Amino acid sequence: MDDKIQSLKNQLHQELSAITNLVDLDKVRVAYLGKKGSITGLMKTMKDLTNEERKEFGKNVNELKAAAAKKIEEKTAQLKELEIQAEIEAMPRFDVTTPVDLQRGSYHPITLVQRQCESVFKSMGFTVEDYSEVVTDYECFESVNIPKHHPARDMQDTYYLENGQLLKSQTSAAQNAILKKYGKNLIENNIPIKAIFPGRCFRNEATDASHENTFFQMEGVMVDKDISISNLIYFMKTMLSEVFRKDIKVRLRPGFFPFVEPGFELDINCLICGGDGCQSCGHSGWLELCPCGMIHPEVLREGGIDPEKYTGFAFGLGLTRLAMMKYGVKDIRDLNSGSLKVLSQFTDDDE
Amino acid sequence: MFLSMNWISDFVDFSGLDKVELIHQFSLSTAEVENEIFFKGKDLSGVVVAEIKSVEDHPESKKLHLLKVDIGEDELVDVVCGAPNVRVGMKTAFAKVGAQIGDITISPRKLAGFTSNGMCCGEAEIGISDDNSGIMEITDDVANGTDLKDIYEIDDIIFEVDNKSLTNRPDLWGHYGIAREFASLAGRELKPLELEDLSAYDDLSKVDLKIEDKLCYRYSCLQFENIKRSVSPVNMRIRLYYCGMRAINFLADLTNYLMLEMGQPMHAFDSRKVGAIRVKRFDKPFKFETLDGVERNIDENTLMICNGDIPVAIAGIMGGLDSEIVEDTTTLTLESATFDAASIRKSTVRLAHRTDASMRYEKSLDPEMTVTAVARFVKLLKKYDDGVKVVSALTDEYAFKYDTVTLSFDKSFVDKYTGINISNEQIVKTLTSLGFEVELENDSFKVIVPSWRATKDVTIKADIIEEITRIYGYDNFEVHTTRSPLYPVRMDDVKLDEDKIKDILVKRYNLHELHSYVWAYSDEQKALGMEVEDNIKLSGATNPNIETIRKTMIPTQLCQVKTNVGYSPDFGIFEIGRVVEGVDENNLCIEKKKLAITLYSKTKGIKSLYFELRDILATFTDDLKHKALGFKPKKAEHSFEHPVNLYEIELDGKTLGEIGIVHPVVSKKIDKKADIVFAELDMEEFSSVKNASITYSEPSKFPPMTYDLSVNLPNGTFFAELSQCWENVGGEILSGTRIVDTYDTELIHSITIRFEFVSKERTLESGEVQSIMDKVIENLNKLGVTLRG
Repeated sequence: MDDKIQSLKNQLHQELSAITNLVDLDKVRVAYLGKKGSITGLMKTMKDLTNEERKEFGKNVNELKAAAAKKIEEKTAQLKELEIQAEIEAMPRFDVTTPVDLQRGSYHPITLVQRQCESVFKSMGFTVEDYSEVVTDYECFESVNIPKHHPARDMQDTYYLENGQLLKSQTSAAQNAILKKYGKNLIENNIPIKAIFPGRCFRNEATDASHENTFFQMEGVMVDKDISISNLIYFMKTMLSEVFRKDIKVRLRPGFFPFVEPGFELDINCLICGGDGCQSCGHSGWLELCPCGMIHPEVLREGGIDPEKYTGFAFGLGLTRLAMMKYGVKDIRDLNSGSLKVLSQFTDDDE
Repeated sequence: MFLSMNWISDFVDFSGLDKVELIHQFSLSTAEVENEIFFKGKDLSGVVVAEIKSVEDHPESKKLHLLKVDIGEDELVDVVCGAPNVRVGMKTAFAKVGAQIGDITISPRKLAGFTSNGMCCGEAEIGISDDNSGIMEITDDVANGTDLKDIYEIDDIIFEVDNKSLTNRPDLWGHYGIAREFASLAGRELKPLELEDLSAYDDLSKVDLKIEDKLCYRYSCLQFENIKRSVSPVNMRIRLYYCGMRAINFLADLTNYLMLEMGQPMHAFDSRKVGAIRVKRFDKPFKFETLDGVERNIDENTLMICNGDIPVAIAGIMGGLDSEIVEDTTTLTLESATFDAASIRKSTVRLAHRTDASMRYEKSLDPEMTVTAVARFVKLLKKYDDGVKVVSALTDEYAFKYDTVTLSFDKSFVDKYTGINISNEQIVKTLTSLGFEVELENDSFKVIVPSWRATKDVTIKADIIEEITRIYGYDNFEVHTTRSPLYPVRMDDVKLDEDKIKDILVKRYNLHELHSYVWAYSDEQKALGMEVEDNIKLSGATNPNIETIRKTMIPTQLCQVKTNVGYSPDFGIFEIGRVVEGVDENNLCIEKKKLAITLYSKTKGIKSLYFELRDILATFTDDLKHKALGFKPKKAEHSFEHPVNLYEIELDGKTLGEIGIVHPVVSKKIDKKADIVFAELDMEEFSSVKNASITYSEPSKFPPMTYDLSVNLPNGTFFAELSQCWENVGGEILSGTRIVDTYDTELIHSITIRFEFVSKERTLESGEVQSIMDKVIENLNKLGVTLRG
């Protein structure tokens, strides 16, 4: 009987070594270990044996069974491993260095710069206001201390409409409305007015690489009991440093704007040469960036705010100019050109 | 305006100070100085006074002369000279061997066979005037060999101030006012002007003068005669030239000099033509010839200086040709006056003629200055021509006097406004140096504004702050943040929606945001077959192509699509911009903020392009509002709208805008091979729709069942109608429907709808689903919808 066990064992080993896939292996498993399998069949022959022999034989058959099962298991693992290996090898190698087909939309560069400015001011507690493009003479001029026949009206050639309204020539056109909107809160609840209002402005002038009749500004105002020139410089410096993500040097020069007193021209150190002087800054090291100043008492009064009790600052940032500086756009007309060759490049906020 | 540091130094002692640094300070504290500063005379050396001792004609050249000149050395120098005005005994400017003129170093040079040991120079060559007609004629009594720079102010620092930055400073239109600023910045004294004592002539008779119009504030005049001098002193001419004016003759130069020095324009008439000076306007327009020989149309608003009823000058702008100083003029009448600034400004606009004088008058000059200017004029006149005789008393009519401006404020006001601590002493010192009279008691200031600042410039307390702070220096400010209470900041709904929509359109749908103009571009639109619809227009538009404000943004976008044909076979653009939908009952513009989207494709086919746009609109609406859009057929109103598939877009019962296909006429003009679809929404309407909150529902633990129904639809059946068939039939367990397949031929329009059923409480039985579906099918049959075989 032992011979039989031994020959079965040898036979199994032989068969297993020839097997190359899991399907055939399972067939072998059934042939030996299945209900009708040859090893299972050996057990059935035990009834012809003596007790003594049976014990011995049973032990041997069980050993054979366990050994066979183990062998098959090993073979299974081996074949599975081979299969995975084959699958891995079958995977073709891709060329990841092929050109990328970027399917992306784009923002208008003004939107990007505007969002950066807005986020800085929002983080400092400013509200962001929206304002119409068609305004009245009162909003654009009279309410901000530019009475009729004031020379300041010569400075900006305005697009008037047939009905006497006009396309706003400056975002200051929104100042009066903002002061009135938040003035009550200031006076009754001591909540300072802090607002910015980005918007499109219009000036009737011939266009060229550095002049546009349609452009964006962002006006900002802050009014409270003790707002000072020192605060103004602080806010401008902080805001611009945040927008440009580096420490910006600012300087103020006197500037005449009817809606502020004192009024300033704010310069920043040239972003290209850092202040050493280059072509972009006319070798002065400084770039004129935005008019600003302490809100003129008449403007506050017209907005329903007592200039004896409250002071405030205002500024008018040229968003269009800022966008051109930030992205190196040389021709201002590109911004309203509608050309995707130019404008599809501005895919995202760059920070 | 060009300014001379030499001239300013007449009034301020700058010894020991860096003048260039002071100019920079001036730029930061007073008015913007242009970047380029000119160092006159820097590239000139070795030019001396020479006397021509002999002149011989060159044997071969008609032009050249052979000279011997005395340059104060032992021997005469041989020079070849081509100037026409050489003569024996003449003194001229001479560049010695080794002299530097610009980039040229003078060395002995052979000219047509003769050696020239130096060069006789014209004024233009040494840069002190534009006269290049001959060599310089020096009439002053100076020794030969004297360096020209020792006798004339050739070395000077010239800087230019941006006129715009002086708009509000009438006092800064002359060197004396500028010198006051420099004196304050440098902490030095401002020297008084040297003036003639005009009271010496009080006994003489007055000029016949009458101001007959309130537009003339003050008119001062004086007559004199016996002017012998015709050419101005060299230094005066150099200053005029450096400051951008040409020398004409002594009298004209002196009026210009006074204007550049004091900012007061002056004019000299031939006294024979102004026997009775009247200042007035005329009832009727007429023609008038100014001294530049131009005939100008004068209207009834233009103030004139007249001799009785005969106009002789346009007040504040330019004199007349007829009253000009001429050869046989013996007696002169000098005018020094002040006029209404706005009137002068309007007259220059009407005449389209701006002069150095009118530019100053427009700024509201100080009337106090007129007499001082006359006194200064006479002082200089007599200094340079001692034979001059004053022949009238000062005649001065002062019709309008500005009020004296007095301002009171406390130190605490200054502290509050500046946010820093500027001492009382500093405040007093600054204001005093600028000509303010200051009284300080405890911490209270009382300030009298000087007349030259009181015409419009300094009128309120805040103006005083500017004076104090600009001289203090903004660079010296300690900066700090505010102490304000904190409170939450809420963003505007429209703004929030706008930002989110932009993100979805760009990030999810790869659309491109473009900007455009608020007016219709009529030529471009017409070229694409779109008529510009009548709407409010720009008044007096100079460019008829851009006079009508747009009613809708779609034509603008279609023009932009045209621009970008060729950019890519497929692209989409959008803009959130403004339109004007006519005017309201108060004649005010009805302005709307719109979102416009246009999609262009050569590859996708019209149907899929149209649905792409619909899905974009529905997606951001669902994102922002958690609500679904409705669509209602619409009749085409605009030339760009295709009449088919034009729908009104609705949300929550509000009409937001429309979606449609571009009319084939327009579409073909843009691109014959592409499809174009558009949508326009009203942003404010959109934002006014309340955002539905997200309703969370726990997923069912029981398996869902699906039921696919393939149906043939009769022509023109809308899914919205089909959905009525199960709306009230499905009960709680019908959790959703969607189209999983569509099949279209010319004859059949067929879709497969998948119904999904699920219960939260139990496993569904096929019977209950079937009975619901039976009812659905029955309802569908009523609509003429049949099951596909």
